Amino acid sequence: MGEEIRGAEALLKSLIDEGVDTLFAYPGGNIIRVFDCMYDHRDDIRQILVRHEQAATHAAQGYARISGRTGVAIVTSGPGATNTITGISDAMLDSTPIVVIAGQVSTTSLGTDAFQEIDLVGVTQPITKWSYQIRSAEDIAWAVSRAFYIANSGRPGPVVLDFTRNAQEEFVSYKSQKIKYIRSYIPVPEPDMAQIDKAVEMIDQASRPLVLAGHGVELGHAEKELKAFIEKGDIPVGRTLLGLSVLPSDHPLNMGMLGMHGNMAPNIMTNRCDLLIAVGMRFDDRVTSKTAYYAKQARIIHLDIDKSEFGKNVRTDLNVLGDCRQTLALITERMKKKSHKDWTDSFRPYQQEEYDKVIRDATHPSDGPLRMGEVVNAVSSLADDSAAITTDVGLNQMFSSRYFKYRRNNSFITSGGLGTMGFGLPSAIGATFGAPDRTIIAFTGDGGLQMNIQELGTIMESRAAVKIVLLNNSFLGNVRQWQQLHYNSRYSCTPMLNPDYMQIASAYGIPARRISDRSELESAVREMFATDGPFILEANCMEEENVMPMIPYGNPVDQMICHI
Amino acid sequence: MENEKKLYTLIVHSENIAGVLNQITSVFTRRQINIESLNVSASSIRGIHRYTITAFADSDNISKVVSQIEKKVDVLQCQYFTDDEIFMQEVALYKIKTGVLTDNPNASEVIRKYGANIIEVNPTYSVVEKTGPTGEILALNQELSDMDALLQYVSSGRVAITRARIEHVSEYIEKMDSIYGNSNN
Repeated sequence: MGEEIRGAEALLKSLIDEGVDTLFAYPGGNIIRVFDCMYDHRDDIRQILVRHEQAATHAAQGYARISGRTGVAIVTSGPGATNTITGISDAMLDSTPIVVIAGQVSTTSLGTDAFQEIDLVGVTQPITKWSYQIRSAEDIAWAVSRAFYIANSGRPGPVVLDFTRNAQEEFVSYKSQKIKYIRSYIPVPEPDMAQIDKAVEMIDQASRPLVLAGHGVELGHAEKELKAFIEKGDIPVGRTLLGLSVLPSDHPLNMGMLGMHGNMAPNIMTNRCDLLIAVGMRFDDRVTSKTAYYAKQARIIHLDIDKSEFGKNVRTDLNVLGDCRQTLALITERMKKKSHKDWTDSFRPYQQEEYDKVIRDATHPSDGPLRMGEVVNAVSSLADDSAAITTDVGLNQMFSSRYFKYRRNNSFITSGGLGTMGFGLPSAIGATFGAPDRTIIAFTGDGGLQMNIQELGTIMESRAAVKIVLLNNSFLGNVRQWQQLHYNSRYSCTPMLNPDYMQIASAYGIPARRISDRSELESAVREMFATDGPFILEANCMEEENVMPMIPYGNPVDQMICHI
Repeated sequence: MENEKKLYTLIVHSENIAGVLNQITSVFTRRQINIESLNVSASSIRGIHRYTITAFADSDNISKVVSQIEKKVDVLQCQYFTDDEIFMQEVALYKIKTGVLTDNPNASEVIRKYGANIIEVNPTYSVVEKTGPTGEILALNQELSDMDALLQYVSSGRVAITRARIEHVSEYIEKMDSIYGNSNN
């Protein structure tokens, strides 16, 4: 029997045993003992004081998404805990491994509506992979190890540990645990060779195959396997929003982004192909638009690690369950080498049409106010190869996803499923700690930045080297675009009076520059990258710019519009 | 018809960890399916809970519900059955007017016909107990109501057992234990 230590100390030992090096933290009354123990661990665990608990969860997400390691947020009970709900939901929908540790009142007070008591497990059960209340110090090593195992195995997701005050205070003889198996949980199902053989047969027979690559490829570290697969089969690829960096943007088989504001070619060809091969994606409604018109002519193979995704949104002809790193390799090994030159060539006219109608003007306008696309394009051209971007939600997200050039994996961090405004800045802070050797750029809008603008304080204090690119159009632009398209341009609550962001930057001691003129763009971007540490580049952009092309709500994927 | 709504019986096995019931019911709530009956008990395997749930749904929806329940970390297995694939029983209690029992000769005949037992008789009311499949329980309810005899009625959730020799879940656990050893976490 070892020396007895407090539960709070046992928690920290468990976290260190799990390899945790960074905590995104905000203290409070019911977690104060843990923070007291953290004081003794300032040298072995980096402790980032955020300015709002929601930001702690997004920072943990950014950390996890760029590094593949589990991000950790630690907060107090009650409001501290409820402030994490958005981040937890976001991590659930975007399969992000995070562990949120929240304080809780003592077990003797549970259920009494004690000060800062909420039923966190009850609240978070539907939005977590696992949610557990630690009621005794004896439970800590087991619960923490189980939490990390669940969060980052199989299809990753968020786990909540609700840590009662008495369990923090009690003394326990700590013994490290390492959970690698839970009998009710099969994180990585074994591939079924009958399914593999059937997939090979269907792929060999196809003359117009199209791959839809999603976030699962990145989560499964299957980028090489995907590349080998598409190159052997000569199969064009459309990527989902969260799958953008699974393949370099300049790969000849990359046909662009799928979905509402994706590229014309892969959307149109979804309704022309004879075989769709969906890999680690879930047929989100932003990708499929109206499913009644979606790829009706095609046979569909779905490769996924999560059985419950099969047939959830779109009927499929074959489901291949398993880790796509394994299943893709097994299929590639067995399938015929093919050439589909006519088919891949048939994407080109649509790429050209989109360039002529949309892209040229969006990225290289000859006159008029600054455009979001040209700012993204300039940032992308001048960024080094290590660069990864985070985005907020809205036009800034769509323009950056469309026009940034991805050169390596894990380079695009955005809130896809939940669409959380306020995600961009804190997730970028987290990403700087998850990959200190990479350049982290946060594209944000004037709306999204202000949703978590307090995190400039975290940047000020931690010197997190976030390059913030504020695409300011003085509107909640994406909603305004919908109002223009569907609501007769009645701009209800979308024009926005902005503060002076240069004064805000100055108050936080963050170097900044504002530009409105095209002639300044390149020098400003160069200045941003040349400046050590954080930087705010505010680009005052065209007020009523729309992101195009677009699949209007309810339209089939092959009916995109290029103008309103 | 593929999309015709039917009564399905789900049998779920889970680890004995707090909060699993809540997670299971929330899957039904999200998919807007009402649970008709729910029974939770120990199973034939130590430490494992067994849920018997009935719900009206079409086959497409029920299979989605099942895979989402099975996805929960602490759920071992979830399977669904139609009535011809299982043995099932419910218990119902009917409180009836003793006057009807004494005055209407049909009353005791009906009770006998359904194989029900009278477990309490007093001057104001009597209590009839019946064990049987859902259809018979409801039919007896209807007949007693038609005689204007019924004062109160309650029925249990359905309990069901599959036609297989042992629980499917035992095979699952054996398989998992043979791969990973029996150190459960």
